[in-house]
Amino acid sequence: MTAQVITITSGKGGVGKTTAVANLATAIAADGKKVVCIDGDIGLRNLDVVMGLENRIVYDIVDVIEGRCKLKQAMIRDKHFPEMYLIPAAQTRDKNAVSPTDMIRICNDLRSDADFVIIDSPAGIERGFRNAIAAADRVIVVTNPEVSAVRDADRVVGILEAEEKGNPALILNRLNQALVRNNDMLSAEDVLDLLGIQLIGIVPEDESVIIASNRGAPVVNDPKSRAGQAFRNIARRIQGQDVPFIDLDQQSGLWGAIQKLAGRK
Amino acid sequence: MNFFTRKRSAENAKERLQLVLVHDRTDLTPAQLESLKDDLLIAISKYIEIDPEAVQIGLERDGRSQRLVADIPLRNVSRRHAG
Repeated sequence: MTAQVITITSGKGGVGKTTAVANLATAIAADGKKVVCIDGDIGLRNLDVVMGLENRIVYDIVDVIEGRCKLKQAMIRDKHFPEMYLIPAAQTRDKNAVSPTDMIRICNDLRSDADFVIIDSPAGIERGFRNAIAAADRVIVVTNPEVSAVRDADRVVGILEAEEKGNPALILNRLNQALVRNNDMLSAEDVLDLLGIQLIGIVPEDESVIIASNRGAPVVNDPKSRAGQAFRNIARRIQGQDVPFIDLDQQSGLWGAIQKLAGRK
Repeated sequence: MNFFTRKRSAENAKERLQLVLVHDRTDLTPAQLESLKDDLLIAISKYIEIDPEAVQIGLERDGRSQRLVADIPLRNVSRRHAG
């Protein structure tokens, strides 16, 4: 095995990076691959709670770097997928406990033993972000269709260009299709035109994401969730499959049927 | 603003972002761009007569690259015939 190292980043906080990491990792693991997630947000550990693994942490990434444990000891096995692991961030250490070289070394150690390493980058463009992108073979930028998130995403894309990290792919998260139809939300086309990068997936706004994270069970496990479906599709695209984009305009239920009859679709 | 003539907010967002991104990417503030325009006009005026009112200079986006686009109409100069 030679793992591909993928970093999920955004610039702005709160756009759904951690949710994206947990869901993509779970969906890839559900496809039978071995996945290791790394929480790169030193001091603000979060991936563990979103994945529901917070009670299993013994060692963290700083323990590995400072030699208090072996890499394998800091890898927490998922509850459902035995081939999915989390390396948690340190909660009490300062950000300078990790360097880009440390991240490259850890990822290189993982490469021979996994299919994918997925790194959850902290918000911002400082040290933690630099650490998170240092080892990346591929970078995915998450944004929301809002002015502040798109602006910050553009800054990050600019830095990735300057660092010669290749062209990042875009996940447009929390798109509200009703608002887009009313021209009160930037559309996927608008955001792609503004950022000038390639799209890897659009995730619709979906309450089931919040419910899933309350339970510590990623939404990809919910077969009815539209966000879950979107993440499963992105996971397949990451694995190199050609998956067509979902038509977000399709509406289920009575209202959708009425609109169809009225010829509005 | 009248409800019926009000521009929908997505359009506002896109127009504002287009401007902000071009200045972010070039690290050039609107004020610096103005002073660049003034300097450019002074330099060109040394060689040819232009109509400063008709000049249009701005930053444009093309994918992820930016360009400085200038449209500078020249004043017609009646040629002086020698001799």
